[in-house]
Amino acid sequence: MQLNYLKKSWADRTFTVVNTLLLIFALLIVALPILYVIAQSLSTPQEVIAGRVLFWPKRITFIAYKEIFRSKMLLSGYKNSIIYTFTGTLVNVAMTVMCAYPLSRKDFIGRKQIMWLFVFTMIFSAPLIPSYINVRNLKMLNSIWAMIIPGAISAYNMVIARTFFMSNIPDEMIEAADLDGASDMQILVKLVLPLSKAIVAVLVLFYAVGHWNSYFDAFIYLNSEDKLPLQVILRNILANAKMIEEMADATVEQNERLALVEVLKYAVIVFGSLPVLILYPFVQKYFVKGIMIGSVKG
Amino acid sequence: MYSPAVASGHGKLLKKVFRHWQLYLLILLPVVYVIMFRYVPIFGSQIAFRDYKLNMGISGSKWVGLKHFVEFLTGNQFGVLMKNTLTLSFYNIGASFLPPIILALALNYAFNRHFGKTVQMVTYMPYFISTVLVVSIIMRLLSLNGPVNNLIANMGGDRVLFIGKPEYFRTIYVFSGIWQSTGYNAVVYLAALAAVSPELHEAAVVDGANMWQRVYHVDFPGILPTAIILLIMACGKVLTIGYEKVLLLQNLENMSTSDIISTYVYRIGLSEGMQYSFSTAVGLFQSVVSLMLLTVVNWISRRVSETSLW
Repeated sequence: MQLNYLKKSWADRTFTVVNTLLLIFALLIVALPILYVIAQSLSTPQEVIAGRVLFWPKRITFIAYKEIFRSKMLLSGYKNSIIYTFTGTLVNVAMTVMCAYPLSRKDFIGRKQIMWLFVFTMIFSAPLIPSYINVRNLKMLNSIWAMIIPGAISAYNMVIARTFFMSNIPDEMIEAADLDGASDMQILVKLVLPLSKAIVAVLVLFYAVGHWNSYFDAFIYLNSEDKLPLQVILRNILANAKMIEEMADATVEQNERLALVEVLKYAVIVFGSLPVLILYPFVQKYFVKGIMIGSVKG
Repeated sequence: MYSPAVASGHGKLLKKVFRHWQLYLLILLPVVYVIMFRYVPIFGSQIAFRDYKLNMGISGSKWVGLKHFVEFLTGNQFGVLMKNTLTLSFYNIGASFLPPIILALALNYAFNRHFGKTVQMVTYMPYFISTVLVVSIIMRLLSLNGPVNNLIANMGGDRVLFIGKPEYFRTIYVFSGIWQSTGYNAVVYLAALAAVSPELHEAAVVDGANMWQRVYHVDFPGILPTAIILLIMACGKVLTIGYEKVLLLQNLENMSTSDIISTYVYRIGLSEGMQYSFSTAVGLFQSVVSLMLLTVVNWISRRVSETSLW
């Protein structure tokens, strides 16, 4: 190999150069917009409005973030999002495991039929209105339950979990435990789950990010302002310029206020994506794992 | 452990079921859930064939047969909606097909492992930013006093309100999607590349192949099946392109290209009209056609690559 390296041909060298340029291009095209937004959010409003800030903040200030932390609306959205994400994910993971584990057992009579019941929902789903009417009939409109129950199981995630159980827990192990007199519940709790920490982590992450980032369900099912999650509030701010202007401190001068509004628009974006982006480096390897398991049989 | 004293074949089956009663107890709640929240709405879709009135309930409302379907299929919205939906879908499929493949190949040949890991981590970060915020970022970058327009102005051009122009909507939608999910989609191809046997590469090197030739003759064939399946499956979903992001990008000015079937279903059903039955008919049309497309596409995929969804 060493020899090969020394003898690197002209073609190989151009390959490496082109390849490196491609990677740098990919890196910049993804990172620059994000850096741009962060830089604006941390700069003095006058610099931003003059268009002098690019990818690095100028005259750093946290004035916009101070305004955000004074906004009851955004803070309540944050609180609601945390509640929905936490409760929702708990329900999601429990229900998904409760569904995937029996379906992974080869001695479970009826597994094919029940499996079909779930897989069919992946390829055919009811239109928007009947789903909405259903939630309304169940008296869940404008309640936290509408955020948690209708999406309790994602068939896709359930299939991933089932695939994991089937390929990572040897049948002989379950049979042995069965012969030793362990009940199916004991097998799940004492044998299967301890061996499935990776998939539980994957499920937690898939579901939690889904909850944190979703806006549409809340948008149609909730109407009182104090129940709205962060994404809906961010969406309302996005759609309605007045809302963000009201956030800017009323006492400062008109010119300064307009500049502050401009910076606020950026700060709100950073504020909204912060939790996911902070956790992201630590959890990203689990996502890769999840996609891999999903792609084996997807 | 007690064993029921039954010996017939039927009894054996029952015995097996009884033995695993805990499994059935576990799956009871998920089954109740899927019926109540997935199948009841499918059953409720029958309002597409009725004139649904709130106070009459689903089964009490008058049966009108295919009235709403005929109204939709012969209405003047139909052509525009179909064209917008299909154009957006195929533009999206076509433009976002190659980037993840190229990125995966480039990552696979990164000259330095740490550099490769860094690029990978950064490129799939946007996938975790919510749709609302991605659209916010687009709006900021493309706003009249945003960086793109500043650049145009600096070069002596006129500022353009991109988001309010119908001719830019599709490009904005598609390329922001590429920006957001190329890194994520590349992971599947990286897995396929990792499965290519190193012996093939060694043999190619011995035969004097340079890196370009190895990519073309060894890696390409290795990821082709994955690429074909993903492409075919994407074609099965052309009608169901989601409303979440389109709704956020939509405004009165770009409506002529941004109005697609799913946003139409939402608009006439919930936001503007309360035409429950008509909206359900349009949605049902979309779901049924998609199911047929997926079935065809799944059949083709099984023939071509022996891989299928079911």
